[in-house]
Amino acid sequence: MKKVLFAIAFCFGLMNLAQAQSQFEAAMEKNVAALNSVTDPSQYQTLANTFDRIAAAEPQQWLPNYYAAYCRVMLAFSNKDADKVDALADAAGANLDKAELLQPNNSEILTVRSMIATSRINVDPMTRGPIYGREAATLLEKAKQVDPENPRVYMLQGQSAYFTPEAFGGSKERAKQLFTLSIEKFAKAKPENKIVPQWGEGYTKGLIEKLSF
Amino acid sequence: MSKLFYTLLILCVLPGALLAQIKISGRVTSPKKQPLVGVNVYIKGSYDGATTAKDGSYSFTTDVTGEAILVASLATMGSIEVKVELNAPSLEQNIVLKETMNELKMVTISSGAFEASDTKKNTVLKPLDIVTTGGANADIVAALKTLPGAQQVGEKEGLFVRGGTGYETQTFIDGMLVRNPFYSGMPDFATRGRFSPFLFKGTTFSSGGYSALYGQGLSSALILETIDLPDQSSSSVNLSSIGFGGAYSHLAKDKKSSYGVEANYMNLTPYFKLVPQVNEPSTYPSGLNTTANFRVKTSKSGMLKFYGAYSRNAFGFKINSLQYPGALEAFDLNNNNAYGNLTYRERINENWKLDMGLSYSYNIDKIKMDTLTKDIPTVNIRSTQALTQYRTVITRNFGHSALRFGAEYQFDQEKMRYNVYDLNYNDHYGAGFAEGDIYFTPRLVARLGARYEYSSIIKAANIAPRAYLAYRTGVKGQVSVSYGTFYQKPEQQYIRLNHDLGYMRATHYIAAYQYISTQHVFRTELFYKKYNDLLKTTPTLNTSGTGYAKGVEFYWRDKKTIKNGDYWISYSYLDTKRDYLNYPFQVQPDFAANHTASFVYKQYFPKMKTYLGATYTFATGRPYYNPTRPESEFMKDRTKSYNTVGFNANYITNIRKAFTVFVFTVTNALGTDQVYGYRYSNDALRRAAVGPMAPRFFFVGMFMSFGIDRSKEVIENN
Repeated sequence: MKKVLFAIAFCFGLMNLAQAQSQFEAAMEKNVAALNSVTDPSQYQTLANTFDRIAAAEPQQWLPNYYAAYCRVMLAFSNKDADKVDALADAAGANLDKAELLQPNNSEILTVRSMIATSRINVDPMTRGPIYGREAATLLEKAKQVDPENPRVYMLQGQSAYFTPEAFGGSKERAKQLFTLSIEKFAKAKPENKIVPQWGEGYTKGLIEKLSF
Repeated sequence: MSKLFYTLLILCVLPGALLAQIKISGRVTSPKKQPLVGVNVYIKGSYDGATTAKDGSYSFTTDVTGEAILVASLATMGSIEVKVELNAPSLEQNIVLKETMNELKMVTISSGAFEASDTKKNTVLKPLDIVTTGGANADIVAALKTLPGAQQVGEKEGLFVRGGTGYETQTFIDGMLVRNPFYSGMPDFATRGRFSPFLFKGTTFSSGGYSALYGQGLSSALILETIDLPDQSSSSVNLSSIGFGGAYSHLAKDKKSSYGVEANYMNLTPYFKLVPQVNEPSTYPSGLNTTANFRVKTSKSGMLKFYGAYSRNAFGFKINSLQYPGALEAFDLNNNNAYGNLTYRERINENWKLDMGLSYSYNIDKIKMDTLTKDIPTVNIRSTQALTQYRTVITRNFGHSALRFGAEYQFDQEKMRYNVYDLNYNDHYGAGFAEGDIYFTPRLVARLGARYEYSSIIKAANIAPRAYLAYRTGVKGQVSVSYGTFYQKPEQQYIRLNHDLGYMRATHYIAAYQYISTQHVFRTELFYKKYNDLLKTTPTLNTSGTGYAKGVEFYWRDKKTIKNGDYWISYSYLDTKRDYLNYPFQVQPDFAANHTASFVYKQYFPKMKTYLGATYTFATGRPYYNPTRPESEFMKDRTKSYNTVGFNANYITNIRKAFTVFVFTVTNALGTDQVYGYRYSNDALRRAAVGPMAPRFFFVGMFMSFGIDRSKEVIENN
């Protein structure tokens, strides 16, 4: 009897574990999906906080911190108050630091880190452009070394070539090449589930269309 | 048995089965009852939570019951945990979030200092500002003259700050005193600084009340911090209306060390042939400047840096003689200067930091002064200065507070041969200093320090206390008060004549308010400065002079209102009198104007890839000595007011793969007549205005840089 009881208890225990697992996946799936339907930048703040909560409850998962950083860097890009950009960039960096403890040398983390550097440029482009522009480029280069199949690396490299004035080394032609390469990588990519990073395809296609004219 | 079974069952399925949801709501505010937006409020260990709205309110439901911990967290404020009991269907919980030590909100130490830095987030100036200020010709001191506190003195080099002379401002590179920061010149004409603004990552101009780590400047300190490793290897060439040059810098592949060399040759012959000067050159100004540097990252936090420079310059002018009408006075100068600076810094552990430095400078001026066509003997001066110094600073951090202490030693060899007479002396100077930054709260900080100095030529020691207190009034504003005593040896030209002079002394009292955001800066300072023991040349050389300076200064900078534009306005009011040199009593000295204002405007045109800068500077007339007046009216006369407009234009482009900048600058674009003062002949019958060499100075240049940027190469290869 005891054995039976133990077996039942063990089964329920496993169920709890499975439930916890699915709870994590369900929560992540819901909020990662919500990222695609953001209409107002303030929603990024709410989502960043949500990912922070999941991160605090799931200390073994790197994705919540990764997405919290992503939300904060998007918030930094859309922020008109230059004084707040650095605070958001710092907070996003802190999220990535935590994610990196679990996933050192991760191409996706390096990619978002390059976005943080880029977001800081807007505060003072004349002074910061050369410093953070180079930092972003170096990080993307590292991200590419780690995973040459990451489409977001080429997307961001293309974006940098697209938005940098030609006098400072930008090139629309090179941007197009990189966007095309990125689209190819997007087509090849097979995300293992709905919560691993897979954003950016629509954005890249939008930019490449602009370049087609 | 069945009891046990049910217990187990309940225990096992409890987390999933118990779905009695509890609603938690409330408001999050600051201690001052201001609502906080964007705060993450949640039950620790669960996903359940919410973000506060604009009014600070939050509301969410949770499945958690019993004792739980409610967390409220905001990146810029820190976080707080509250124990809650979750057993009723709803819970209302208001939370007060106190600020923690957070760099964004902390009061900063900025006693009377204007800082240009890339590393700090909010500063008054950026290093680039020094290069893009109209009319400044990329000269650090010329750019700093557009800030409040500095006088528009064109006839002598240096920064004349708050009623102080140019000698009262000392220049420090990586903590170490620079003996000859300016090129050697001739009387009544200011020269440029020797150091290029591109050498420094940080420039701090303190117009008073500066730290105990520095000494021997009665008024002000210009603190320059050299750059660390460059971002990339590069080479560059330049060609301009005054010369040409080139530079190469190499960054090792592991990015842990670098070296660089640079050489520039300057020759004003073509320029002076094209643009006539007031005085006829006998030797056209020319010079060679070379520099070399290496930087090694010795560990994760250790850095060894060397910077060395050698330059030689020569010029000669023939000036109409004031003493002997019709005759010419010839002035010829030959200068050689060598400078070396080796520094090492290391963070020993989390709390201890070490800074060491060794520097040597050698300067020799050979001057020949001759009254032509007159039977007056030629004057030959050979003046050499050699300064060796060593400095160590140790920092101990206590959280955000810090204690710094250290010592420095300087050995100064001053030699001068005047025809056949030698006027030489050596000085051993030692100093010890300690300073503590104490954060009482994140908003209130004090810096207390003291400096002990001994000089063998003065044969006396002094102790100079310094104090500073600042309180942060809001996110962007802070008020501060500071006090300090400053000692300085009299100028070398007097010490060599009399070895029994004492220290000169100044006491500063400053109250300041500043508001800094990334787009706006507002500063105002109120100061009172008392001078004691100033140098007097009458009846004999002594240090019994006195004086004071008081005034108010404003600074406003706005980068927001005009798109791609940036402007700043400085205004200084100065009331100063002093009894020094040959002054019969306390009067306003000839280097001080009562009102000084600058308007600096910069505009970037992205489509034209052009950067334009214009600077307008105004100063009221300065006193000058008129020997035809009785002694009671000493320095009674005033020059006319000073007006000048400077322009610069930078056009950025690519020539093949070289990043190229074309620069055009002009000082005093409108050609306004400028009079700094008057010189009288000994019989007081003739006088001559002291003014610039030419009404305007033009500069046209091209700088090409070939960056060896691997990241760019890689992108291109794709």
